Amino acid sequence: MINLLLFPVIIPMLFGTILLFFPKNIRMQRLIAVCGAAITFIAALFLLAEVKTNGLQAVTLGSWDAPFGISMVSDLFSVLLVLTATLLTVFVIFYSFQTIGFEREQSYYYPAVLFLLTGVNGAFTTGDIFNLFVFFEVLLMSSYMLIVHGGEKPQLRETIKYLLVNVISSALFVAAVAFLYSVAGTLNMADLAVKIPQIQETGILTVIAVLFLVVFGFKASIFPLYFWLPGSYYAPPIPVLALFGALLTKVGVYAITRTYTLFFTMNTEVTHEMLAIIAILTILAGCIGALAYFDIKKIIIYNIIIAVGVILFGVSQMNGASIEGAVFYLIHDMLIKAALFFLVGIIAVLFGTTNLREMGGLIKTYPLLGWTYLVAAFGLAGIPPLSGFPGKLLIVQGGFEGPNFWGSLVILATSLLVLLSVIRIFIYAFWGTPVKTVPINKSVYNQMFIPSLLLVIITVFVGVGAELFMPLISGAGEVLLNPSIYIDAVLKE
Amino acid sequence: MEIIMSVAIGFLFMAAVYLILSKSLIRIIIGTGLLSHAAHLLILTMGGLDGTAPPVVADGVQVADYVDPLPQALILTAIVISFAVTSFFLVLAYRAYQELGTDDMNLMRGIEDRD
Repeated sequence: MINLLLFPVIIPMLFGTILLFFPKNIRMQRLIAVCGAAITFIAALFLLAEVKTNGLQAVTLGSWDAPFGISMVSDLFSVLLVLTATLLTVFVIFYSFQTIGFEREQSYYYPAVLFLLTGVNGAFTTGDIFNLFVFFEVLLMSSYMLIVHGGEKPQLRETIKYLLVNVISSALFVAAVAFLYSVAGTLNMADLAVKIPQIQETGILTVIAVLFLVVFGFKASIFPLYFWLPGSYYAPPIPVLALFGALLTKVGVYAITRTYTLFFTMNTEVTHEMLAIIAILTILAGCIGALAYFDIKKIIIYNIIIAVGVILFGVSQMNGASIEGAVFYLIHDMLIKAALFFLVGIIAVLFGTTNLREMGGLIKTYPLLGWTYLVAAFGLAGIPPLSGFPGKLLIVQGGFEGPNFWGSLVILATSLLVLLSVIRIFIYAFWGTPVKTVPINKSVYNQMFIPSLLLVIITVFVGVGAELFMPLISGAGEVLLNPSIYIDAVLKE
Repeated sequence: MEIIMSVAIGFLFMAAVYLILSKSLIRIIIGTGLLSHAAHLLILTMGGLDGTAPPVVADGVQVADYVDPLPQALILTAIVISFAVTSFFLVLAYRAYQELGTDDMNLMRGIEDRD
C-alpha cells in the first residue's frame, strides 16, 4: 500500500489553494500554476512506473479495509489517463498566457484550472462509485466557474443551460447510486464486481446499468444526450474550450468504460448491444454537425462527439482488440483535440473571426502553422502512421471479430467524413485568396504556436512509436477484460 | 413506511420536473432544489428504514438494531454539494438577469454573435 497514487489528486489542489491568496500577481500566478501542473505530471510519471512494475495499486483512506473504506485504485488505464490529463493541463496553462487575458488571469483563472485537474484525476483514480460522484462534482464546480469566467453575455446564457443539464444528471446519479446500493448493498467498485454476479434478478440490474449509462452519457455527450454540448462549449474562450474538449467528456467516457467492463456485465446482449447502437448513432450525429457548420470552433466541437462514439463502440465490443483500441484512441483523442483547439484558436485570432467564409490564404504568411494543422488534421482522421490510426485499426478489427461488423463499416466510412470536415478548415483558411489578417506581435504568436507545435509533435510520436506504447495499452486492456485482477488487488489489501 | 416514502419521493420528482420545464429561471432553480431533495430521500429509503439505535457501539445494543449509517453519510455529502451548486446557480441567475435583462428561458436561446 502506497500513497503515491493520491499525489496527482492532492498536488493540484494544494497549489490551487496557494494561488487563491494572491490573485493580482500575474507573474506568481503563472509560475506557481505551471509548477503545480508540472510536479503533478512528475508524480504521475512515478506512479506509471510503479504500476507498470508492481501491478495495480490500491489504497483505502483512513486504513478502513475495503470494501468499508473508500478505495483509491490505480491501474494502467487510469494512470495513463491521469498522465495524459496532467500533460494537457501543463500545455493549456502555457497556451493561456497570451490568450486568456489579464483580467481573467487576475480573477482566479489558474486556481480553477488546477481544481478542475484535481477533480479529473480524482475521478480517474477513485475505486468507489459514490466517491466518483463527489469527484464529478469537484470537476463540475470548477468547470461551471471556467465556463462563465469573464461574464460575457453568451457565456452567462450558455452556463445556465450547462449548469441545469449537469444538476439534473447529478440528481439522477444520486438516484442511480441509491438504487444500486439497495440492490447490491455496497458501493465499492471491486466489491460490486464480486456481488453483482451473485444476484439472480438481472432485470433490475439491467435497468440500473442503463440509468448509469444515461447519467454518464450526459457527461460524455452520447446520442441523444449531446444536445447541450455544441452550445455550451462554444461560449468560453479557446484555452478553456481546449481543456473541456480534451478532459471533461473523456471523464464520462472513462466512467462508462469502467462500470461497463468491471461490473455491469451481467446482461451484455442488452446493455452492450445498446451501447454499440448508441455509439454508432453518436458518430453519425457528430458527422452531420461537423459537416453542417462553417464555424471552425463548431466543426472541432462536433468532432469531440464523433470521437466519443468511436471509443464507446470499441468498449461495447468487449474483446481484446477493441478494448485496447478504445484505450489507445481515448488517449490519442485527448491529445489531438487539445492540439486542434489550440491551432484553431490561433487561426481565429489571426483572422479575428471564426467564420470559415471570411478566411483565406494563410499558407503564404504562416506556412508552418498550415503544415502543423494539416498533420493534426490527418492525425484526427487516422491516416497512418499518425496517432489516430492504431486505435481506430484495433477498434475496427474488434468490431469485425464480433457480431457488430456493421459498426466497423460505419466507423471506416465516417473516417472520411471526419477528414473532410477538418480538411475544409485547411482549404478555406490556408488556400484561396489571402484575406487581411489581424497584425499580431511575433512573441505573442510564438507563445501560442509553440505549445501547439509541441502537442502535435507528441501526437505524431504516439502514432509513429505506437509499438513502444503497446505494452502499456495492452496492460490496461488486460485489467479491463479481466475484472478479477482488479478485484483481487483491491480486496486483498 | 417505505410505500409512503416512495409516494412522497415520486411526488417531489414530479413537482421538480414540472418546475424545471417552466420558463422562469427562479422556478427552474427551485425545481433543481426539489430534485436534489427527492434524490436524497431516495437514498435514505433505499438504505432501508428499519433499525432504531444510532450506529454507535454501546452496551446492550445488538448489531441488528443499528440503522444503516452509510446512506446518512452519503446524504450529508450530497446535501453539501447540492447546497453549493444551488447557491452558485442563484448568483449566476442574478448576474444573468442583470446582464441579459430577462429571466425568461425562451429569450435566452441561440448564439447572437454567430452569423
